[in-house]
Amino acid sequence: MELLYASCVGVLVTCGIFLLLKARTFPVVLGLTMLSYAVNLFLFSAGRLTINKAVVLGTSSDYADPLPQALVLTAIVIGFAMTAFVVILAIRGRADLGNDHVDGHIPELSANKKEQS
Amino acid sequence: MTLLWIPLLSLIGSVISSCTAKLSRNATATLTLIAPLIALAITAYHAPAVLAGETLRYTVTWVPAIGLDLSFRLDGLSLLFMFMILGIGTLVILYARFYVSAQDSIAKLYSYLMLFMTAMLGIVMSNNVIQLWLFWELTSISSFLLISFWWHKSEARRGAKMALTVTGAGGLALLAGLMIIANIVGSYDLDTILASKELIQSDALYEVALVLVLLGAFTKSAQFPFHFWLPHAMAAPTPVSAYLHSATMVKAGIFLLARFYPALAGTDIWFILVGLTGLATLLFGAYVALFKHDLKGLLAYSTISHLGLITLLLGLDTDLAAVAAIFHIINHATFKASLFMATGIIDHETGTRDMRKLNGMWRYLPYTATLAMVAAAAMAGVPLLNGFLSKEMFFTETLSSEVLGSMSWLIPVLATIAGALSVAYSARFIHDVFFNGDPIDLPRTPHEAPRFMRVPIEVLVVLCILVGIFPHFVVNGILSAASMAVLGKDLPEYHLSIWHGFNLPLLMSAIAVVGGVFIYMNRKYLFKFQASLPPLNAKKLFERVVYRLVQWSQVNISNIENGSLQRYIVVLLVVVLLCAGWPLFEMQKLAGSAPLAPIDIHNAIGAGLLIIGAIATVIWHRSRMVSLLMLSIVGLMVSVAFTRFSAPDLALTQLTVEVATVILLMLALYFLPQHTPKESSSLRVLRDLSIASTVGVVVASICYALLTRPLESISEFFIANAKTGGGGTNVVNVILVDFRGFDTLGEITVLGIAALGIYKVLSNIPIFSPTKDGEGREWAKDKHPVLLASISQSLLPLALLVSAYIFLRGHNLPGGGFIAGLVTSIAFILQYMAHGTTWINERFDVNYRKIIASGIGIALFTGMGSWLFDRPFLTTWFDYFAIPLIGKTELASAIVFDLGVYLTVVGATLMILASLGNMSGTTVSKEVKI
Repeated sequence: MELLYASCVGVLVTCGIFLLLKARTFPVVLGLTMLSYAVNLFLFSAGRLTINKAVVLGTSSDYADPLPQALVLTAIVIGFAMTAFVVILAIRGRADLGNDHVDGHIPELSANKKEQS
Repeated sequence: MTLLWIPLLSLIGSVISSCTAKLSRNATATLTLIAPLIALAITAYHAPAVLAGETLRYTVTWVPAIGLDLSFRLDGLSLLFMFMILGIGTLVILYARFYVSAQDSIAKLYSYLMLFMTAMLGIVMSNNVIQLWLFWELTSISSFLLISFWWHKSEARRGAKMALTVTGAGGLALLAGLMIIANIVGSYDLDTILASKELIQSDALYEVALVLVLLGAFTKSAQFPFHFWLPHAMAAPTPVSAYLHSATMVKAGIFLLARFYPALAGTDIWFILVGLTGLATLLFGAYVALFKHDLKGLLAYSTISHLGLITLLLGLDTDLAAVAAIFHIINHATFKASLFMATGIIDHETGTRDMRKLNGMWRYLPYTATLAMVAAAAMAGVPLLNGFLSKEMFFTETLSSEVLGSMSWLIPVLATIAGALSVAYSARFIHDVFFNGDPIDLPRTPHEAPRFMRVPIEVLVVLCILVGIFPHFVVNGILSAASMAVLGKDLPEYHLSIWHGFNLPLLMSAIAVVGGVFIYMNRKYLFKFQASLPPLNAKKLFERVVYRLVQWSQVNISNIENGSLQRYIVVLLVVVLLCAGWPLFEMQKLAGSAPLAPIDIHNAIGAGLLIIGAIATVIWHRSRMVSLLMLSIVGLMVSVAFTRFSAPDLALTQLTVEVATVILLMLALYFLPQHTPKESSSLRVLRDLSIASTVGVVVASICYALLTRPLESISEFFIANAKTGGGGTNVVNVILVDFRGFDTLGEITVLGIAALGIYKVLSNIPIFSPTKDGEGREWAKDKHPVLLASISQSLLPLALLVSAYIFLRGHNLPGGGFIAGLVTSIAFILQYMAHGTTWINERFDVNYRKIIASGIGIALFTGMGSWLFDRPFLTTWFDYFAIPLIGKTELASAIVFDLGVYLTVVGATLMILASLGNMSGTTVSKEVKI
């Protein structure tokens, strides 16, 4: 199961970074969101994988590690705030600059290529 | 304690002066004079103890763990410099009152001067090398301000920039040198460093440290080949030149050499570097000074030459040479300051400093002329004046030096030549300006300067004469105290007197005087020869070098930082790969010793869905809506994973955040294109894919390595104390609101800041309202769907009830402020979607910024509440109460903190989504459908 979990994290990281390297803002935001899933899962795994051992006292004799859970909980909320900020920035950029390229302008090189193709 | 007041007073004086712009010039000058006079009195009060050989210290510890203290010391050398800084500073302030014209702000000049005085006092009094360096840099900055005082003149700006560049670069070298020394000794404390001569000099890095420190000293003291900034700094007002270039700024470099003399000097490399640099500077300065037509230019090169003389003395291998160096520091400061001031009067009265025009001033300014002539004679080394005595000592020491081995005889010969040149330029100063026929078209007819403008010169000239005639009575005390501080041991025998009998040094003096007069008489030929040499303009050369450097840097920067975010991310990722991937190769085995869990069918299906969702997001990324839907599968599976692996709180949070995120991104798609154009070449895709998958493999490997190792956690403490210490059974929530409540406070603050940032980014956005989606279809025109509107309306109270329930039970069961806040927000967002913003705003008019502020405020004040009970910040209080109808219930202060969290989350989430929704509502006449 550990191998499966690690592979999932790896796939999320790969997909997230691939999208992060795109030239338009929206895929980058998607990539960031995906990357934050991966990071949260990764941090969560620092407490190891346990089944049916939720840390509510009195429900079990042995508990999962609560500390990574607490840290990841706030990370999720902050991650949301940051995603929101980036996407709003993208909207503002589009409105001010007239395009949604991450550099604020469409580079000459790719514009030429588009014409050729 | 009184030691601290000396630099502090001058700093306060700087502030006071800067506030006196509205007062008359007399009042400004009087107010400004107070601080240095008190400081001078304090210094004088301490003088007897210091002259008796004591070293006074005052230390305030700041960060003792890394050796950073505010630490002052007062020994003989510091005392001497403090007298010069404060004494000449006072005279300069008085002088400047009459020099500065009514158009210039004298308050500003005084403020800068006092700031500079503070910096100089800081240097000479520091007992911590980092502190010393800090004041050192402050002199560079304040001298920049002083030199560029007439900022409307190009030469002043350029001169100031050049001085700052050269001395600032030297300052950086000095910092590096001091760090190395402190590292060798293991302390920043100056006392310790000065006592560790053997340790420093036996270290392998001694040479490096020495060269770096010398670079700092030589740039500051305008030693050859770093001398070129000093003549250009003459663009400053003359009082500034008189202060900076006689007693202070350039002497700071000399002070540094003297200060570190006990720790760094005594080795061959010291004698070679310091001695030869001094000798070269001495000769070069004296030679160039002869050809300067500008009075201040002559004085500038003469200053360079005299600084070279002092440096040479510090680089000679005899103890008496160091004493002579200190003596010449005093003498040079007195005669050079008075000469600058006299030049200022001449400039002020005639409107020019060109010696080809200035002739016969004797007739117009007899009084100033007399004073200037005495000072210039002191500079030339004429008997009965102070310059003669130190020059005699200098000649004596050059004779006994063995620095150059068998060629050491060169030193006295070259010294005599330099002496002759100095006599020649002094003679030129006297003869060309005050005699030599009539003035040639002067801009103004000169009159004698105001009485009080001459007082500072008189004081200094009287000192020149007194020292020259009664050296033993006037300076012996302070000279021996200062020399003792430099040598760090008992002084050798020496006698300060005007007559030592007929000896070799006297003969050298005589040759110098005769030779100097001879050179001056035949200056015509020398000038002709000099004119035939190719001109070398240091300023142009310097500016060209700086310009090339800037250009070179710009080309390189634009190559590295070309504005492409994609490239930056690639670079960052590659660095991460190298740093994170490298240790993996050094590990023996990836899997650890912990037993592995078997894969069951539920997990396998979940993982499969997650992977399919992630890959589908990438495959369809150009079709944005589809891609977003695929992403939401991933988010959902992540929350399922949290549920599965015993983290109900996380699962609830992830689920609610997921909803909010997807709604937000859908809203965003209204303003962004629906499709991503195909831009990347196949090669680019291949590159991106390989980088992404390499990072993925590295992260997965680390994750696997982590998962398969036994767990050692500090969480036992939290589990054991959650109930007894925090009063709750849901340990995750107790950690959030109690154990690590400070973190949570910080995080809700970040949340609030992000929301406010979004509000700000969206305000005043240019109107941009697409009427069609990406495929050219018009947005639907119908109003809000009735079904959604009516169901959502009835759902609202239920949702709020659920949220209240989740909030209240959060301390003991999965739930809490974060989750409850998100549930409430989503309930409201549903209303926004079903009814539109106008409808909501009519019924529910709240300022979300206030909600955020009150949330953070409640959390903060709850935390501070524990101070009232003498407990640390954010300590939870709880107890059990029997409440009628409900029964025994626990009440904890943590729930109030959690309320703050709840309010912040509600405020921030709603503000983010509602301001985006509002925008679409205001820019388009109809509401946006999602």
